[in-house]
Amino acid sequence: MIFRGGVHSRVVEKKNVIPQHLFILGNGGEINWCFSQVKGTIEDEVTEADIISCVEFNTDGDLLATGDKGGRVVIFQRDLQAKAAVPSRGEYNVYSTFQSHEPEFDYLKSLEIEEKINKIRWLKRTNRNHFLLSTNDKTIKLWKVAERDKKPEGYNLKDDGGIMRDPNTITTLRVPTFSPMELMVEASPKRVFSNAHTYHINSISVNSDLETYLSADDLRINLWNLEITDQSFNIVDIKPANMEDLTEVITASEFHPKECSMFVYSSSKGTIRLCDMRQQALCDSHAKIFEEPEDPTNRSFFSEIIASISDVKFSHNGRYMITRDYLSVKVWDLLMESKPVETYQVHEFLRSKLCSLYENDCIFDKFECSWSGNDRNIMTGSYNNFFRMFDREGKRDNTLEASRDNMKPRTVLKPRKVCTGGRRKKDEISVDCLDFNKKILHTAWHPQENIIAIAATNNLYIFQSKD
Amino acid sequence: MATEAGSGTPPIEDDVFKQPQPKGVEQSEEARLRKKYPNLKGGGGTAILQKRLIQKGKYFDSGDYNMAKAKLNNPKKPLNQSEKLLIQESIGEAIPTPENLPARKPSLPSKLVDRLLIEGKQ
Repeated sequence: MIFRGGVHSRVVEKKNVIPQHLFILGNGGEINWCFSQVKGTIEDEVTEADIISCVEFNTDGDLLATGDKGGRVVIFQRDLQAKAAVPSRGEYNVYSTFQSHEPEFDYLKSLEIEEKINKIRWLKRTNRNHFLLSTNDKTIKLWKVAERDKKPEGYNLKDDGGIMRDPNTITTLRVPTFSPMELMVEASPKRVFSNAHTYHINSISVNSDLETYLSADDLRINLWNLEITDQSFNIVDIKPANMEDLTEVITASEFHPKECSMFVYSSSKGTIRLCDMRQQALCDSHAKIFEEPEDPTNRSFFSEIIASISDVKFSHNGRYMITRDYLSVKVWDLLMESKPVETYQVHEFLRSKLCSLYENDCIFDKFECSWSGNDRNIMTGSYNNFFRMFDREGKRDNTLEASRDNMKPRTVLKPRKVCTGGRRKKDEISVDCLDFNKKILHTAWHPQENIIAIAATNNLYIFQSKD
Repeated sequence: MATEAGSGTPPIEDDVFKQPQPKGVEQSEEARLRKKYPNLKGGGGTAILQKRLIQKGKYFDSGDYNMAKAKLNNPKKPLNQSEKLLIQESIGEAIPTPENLPARKPSLPSKLVDRLLIEGKQ
């Protein structure tokens, strides 16, 4: 496949600010990844409920949430002592865990509703409590995670054990006080947003206005106010009058990080539509459509399947977005709709295995992609617990593995190599030996530092850069 | 890896993650697939739609119903109260009361949470 990319056809932007990362890393910005921690157990047979289905850092990176197929959420918190150490370590400990969703049964349609957590999104912190949105296929919930480290003591009518005292024995009055207690972290559901989606919810995204959020299913996107659970505005509806005319579905959606009226949604046909809510109430017609022209000579039965976009993410600065399709990650400039500005091949060698991948359903796997905090790097997962890192400026890429074989602290991870032909070099693995059940679908990058969280089936790996 | 257009032919890649596959590789994979499944209909697009939108429902099964009834009325294998109630519920005969309902099984904690932490408060 011919590579496309570069900045050849658009105006080069003026950069008159020296990027900060070049001050910190003297080696030209290359990141050397080291193992930090792994959470979860080693098991011969993985329990389905333990499979991690989403990973998300909060807006300052001090909290890391995971959701699993069993409907549970586990929140990890940055170890502040490790953070303050020299050299600083990216370590996370369990902070809170709760059952977010339960399996349900839709009696009207005789359908089971899975409790699997599809997405978690954090709200920006405005007070001492943390808030996150978690969703399964049908229902979104707003959770409050609060700390309690003081308890009231010294009541008059109750003794310290809580047992009522005989009023006749009370001769003095005392003022109850708050005294310190062991830290308790409690999660409580504050809002339940239900009954707004006929199809399966694939995305939620919090708006930069901090008041609203969107939820997207295969055919519709709804806008919610965080305070109101019994109403939702439908802003996109691609359901045709006759379902036989349906040709594409919505695969992902996200609000622009800075423009509160703009959002994008990707489709199974490989297009991305940018919509502006100021234009009209129902955003069925897009403001912009991003689509790469197809090479008609290269069409095959698989073309449409591998073009389907599984994830779309805006860059932190809001000028670009990345999309993940089956074999590549593409960087789009919001000002250029005709084609992506950069294309990165994730695992091109799979193109010659599409027949088998279709038969075992792997061709339908939905991989996510992530930006680094400075928008310079991109990360996405692959098979055999491999994940791919792309350095956009240094024009480097790397393949690493999430494995318990490389757990030595402060040891840079060795790049992994795959070979297709007969001659296999040492440390290389043959394409036919790759484990397609070990998929890295969900990854997250700390919003400010070079710390990444990788979900490998039922285990969570945390890696950090050596420097 | 991204390259600038106009810089001539891309450098020879020996990294299979990036190495471009020869043209026609997809078509030969398609031929393999069609040989295996001669009744394969349409393009890949419909495969995606089918996968996502078709939801298989859980419907009434007369076999299950009759088996459950038989279990209830089997004098050779008497059932205890909670089992009886469950089966009666499944065939629509029982009206459960709060006292009779089996208690909700508490969910097992996620294995990401270190057991030592829950028990030992490390």
